[in-house]
Amino acid sequence: MQEFPTREVTTDILIIGGGMAASGAAVEAAYWAKKHGKKVTLVDKAAFDRSGAVAMGLSAINQYVGENSPVDYLSYVQQDLMGVCRQDLVMDIARHVNSSVHMFEGFGLPIWKDAEGNYVHEGRWQLMINGESYKLILAEAAKNAMATLGEDGEIIERVFVTQLLLDENDKGRIAGAVGISVRAPYEFFVFKCKVALVAAGGAVHVFRPRSTGEGLGRAWYPPWQSGSSSALMQMVGAEMTSQEVIFIPARFKDAYGPVGAWFLLFKATATSASGTNYMAEGMKEGGELHKWLPYGAVKPIPTCLRNHLMMKEMYVNGDGPILMHTDKAIEKIASESPDEKTKKKKLKELEAEAWEDFLDMTISQAMLWASKNIYPEQGPSEIAPSEPYFIGSHSGASGAWCSGPEDLQTDESKNDYFWGYNRMSTIKGLFAAGDGVGDSSHKFSSGSFTEGRIAAKAAVKYCVENPDMPKVSEARVNELKKQTYAPLQVYEDHKDYSVRDEHVGYTYSEEINPNYIDPKMLMFRIQKIMDEYAAGWGSQYNCSATTLNIALQYLKYCREDLTKVAARDIHELMRYWENVHRLDIAEAHVRHKLFREETRWPGYYYRSDFPKLDEEGWGKVFVNSKYDPEKGEWEMIKRPNIRFVKIEKVVGM
Amino acid sequence: MPSFVITEKCDGCKGQDKTACLYICPNDLMALDTERMKAYNREPAMCWECYNCVKICPQQAIDVRGYADFMPLGASCVPLRGSEDIMWTVKFRDGNVKRFKFPIRTTPEGTAPPDGGYGFGPGSLDDQLLATEPASLKADELWTLGK
Repeated sequence: MQEFPTREVTTDILIIGGGMAASGAAVEAAYWAKKHGKKVTLVDKAAFDRSGAVAMGLSAINQYVGENSPVDYLSYVQQDLMGVCRQDLVMDIARHVNSSVHMFEGFGLPIWKDAEGNYVHEGRWQLMINGESYKLILAEAAKNAMATLGEDGEIIERVFVTQLLLDENDKGRIAGAVGISVRAPYEFFVFKCKVALVAAGGAVHVFRPRSTGEGLGRAWYPPWQSGSSSALMQMVGAEMTSQEVIFIPARFKDAYGPVGAWFLLFKATATSASGTNYMAEGMKEGGELHKWLPYGAVKPIPTCLRNHLMMKEMYVNGDGPILMHTDKAIEKIASESPDEKTKKKKLKELEAEAWEDFLDMTISQAMLWASKNIYPEQGPSEIAPSEPYFIGSHSGASGAWCSGPEDLQTDESKNDYFWGYNRMSTIKGLFAAGDGVGDSSHKFSSGSFTEGRIAAKAAVKYCVENPDMPKVSEARVNELKKQTYAPLQVYEDHKDYSVRDEHVGYTYSEEINPNYIDPKMLMFRIQKIMDEYAAGWGSQYNCSATTLNIALQYLKYCREDLTKVAARDIHELMRYWENVHRLDIAEAHVRHKLFREETRWPGYYYRSDFPKLDEEGWGKVFVNSKYDPEKGEWEMIKRPNIRFVKIEKVVGM
Repeated sequence: MPSFVITEKCDGCKGQDKTACLYICPNDLMALDTERMKAYNREPAMCWECYNCVKICPQQAIDVRGYADFMPLGASCVPLRGSEDIMWTVKFRDGNVKRFKFPIRTTPEGTAPPDGGYGFGPGSLDDQLLATEPASLKADELWTLGK
């Protein structure tokens, strides 16, 4: 096997990731690091300009609090997540997020304005943008910020961080990370740092996607999101939270184009195939939503319950597909025009807005409509619930259990929610942001950037107050290096078993070998287990203790088989490690689902053995978990869900 | 496919310091055949159709053929990205063509100021103010509990 040179990078603050949260972290860290003489290194698995979830662009900013108060935003988030959110974390982002959005505009992001110069809102919290270059513009601001540090600001691209390193003398403290470069000369990176800030995204392809052929890649959230944020932290023993709270987006079927503009801006309605307005029916006195009190009877209807009503039409009533009546929405808007000329102009605008919504963020959806000759003004389009995603930044809640800000605590909350540094996990010096932080949902792009800023400032503070360098064990680094490249060795050792050109082997295909499987097959195996036993679309989102225990057993076999996964090159080696991260996430997820004995988020998943919401019991806690890396054991923990801010009225969308 | 290289147009960016599509692909899909100096998508089923390779290619040598699982053939979406806006040509299966032009940024490339134009504020490591606050909030002070 090829020898890979080791490159050591010593820094103060290591930012792992390159998306929205990491961009915010870089912008903020650069300022405070310069002031206090610290070094910042950002490591991104892709090219910073177009990495992360917003690589393609976005057509809206989903969190802008504007003139509303952070408590108003909290009321909306708490309602949407069926009561499960950390109030301190949510209010913290909400009080800073306007600042980020105003900065975006200053960076050069075009935000729609009305004739009076005010932002155009898609809904109460959502702003419309021309967002094709959203990520690129933020990365540019981050690069310019890092450049002010001179040699003390470093951006390393195309390095995939595989594992974190703990301090040799204190196993509860971060000391660095290791990773692989996927570009020549293919170095093995060893990062030594005082703090690490993990902002490496959510997880896609843990569950089997609905499209499994060429369309495998057309996940709603991008396929390069392999769950690194949570996996990296959980595997060194950071306490994790709400790993059971995945998100199922209901989007235009197959290409997963956004529906927000259609629902909120154009006021379209959705019905079952035969025309049942399931939302209206569900809301009626005695309707389905009243079975999910207190959340079902309050507007806005939580995302999971909207899914639930849709799934009931599809799977219980057999009245699918679900249709979004784009044609009727357009007709209604047109009918409100006073004359033909205004109407024509309005329709032209509407058409451009609708197509931009797709072309800015889900080009495939534009292609899908074009390929099926779908004209939104002529007829409805199908929408459908997708496979589950781990996206703590959106309407899911998975991530690390982190300290909140000191000033947003009460006597009731401060012992449980504050331990010195905002957004620090339970590992000293290990911070998180974006999809890496649990129970602070609905931060989306702008809130993730904001959380990156919040975490970065606290990380610099930690660095200043804890100036000694943790110690990295050389023996551990060598052990990890060997482990990191092992799949290449597996291939070397066994590749001659199957030979195509000379008939000396046993099989004709490199993929079919009794001594190994390839990384993609590992992923397919995880996906099948999760889909069928842990409530994916294939099981119509149902699971029970029985199926979850089967999932755990089968995932254990996957873990045992990791030593028999072969990688043919560095690219495949990255895929291997991505899938190790997926396996880590899958296991945590199943354990969390098994532990929480209720159905709290119908429409995300159902515990068929505990089909009801238990507000008095499970409603009062967060489900947390802790992996012990030395013993290889998991501990499940209940943490109190303290609602110290009383919500008088839920403020809608 | 879904993104694919039109080999007769591709020159592997041989005159440049790096091959553009290899540089930009968020999923590390694009590879270079160094003998022929042609780029290719080595893992089409992991393509998100984000079009970043299409947009960045200096030769306009990359196109997308929709996912075979669920897209009937014959449609195309072709971008032309400039420094201030992007133009799209959407061709339907039935031959109909729509064209759109959208702005992409309001500042010259490369100039995004890290402070967003708000300057840096009076905060210190011991308070809750972020670097550009309170000016960037467009408020006098940062919200906290009890206010």
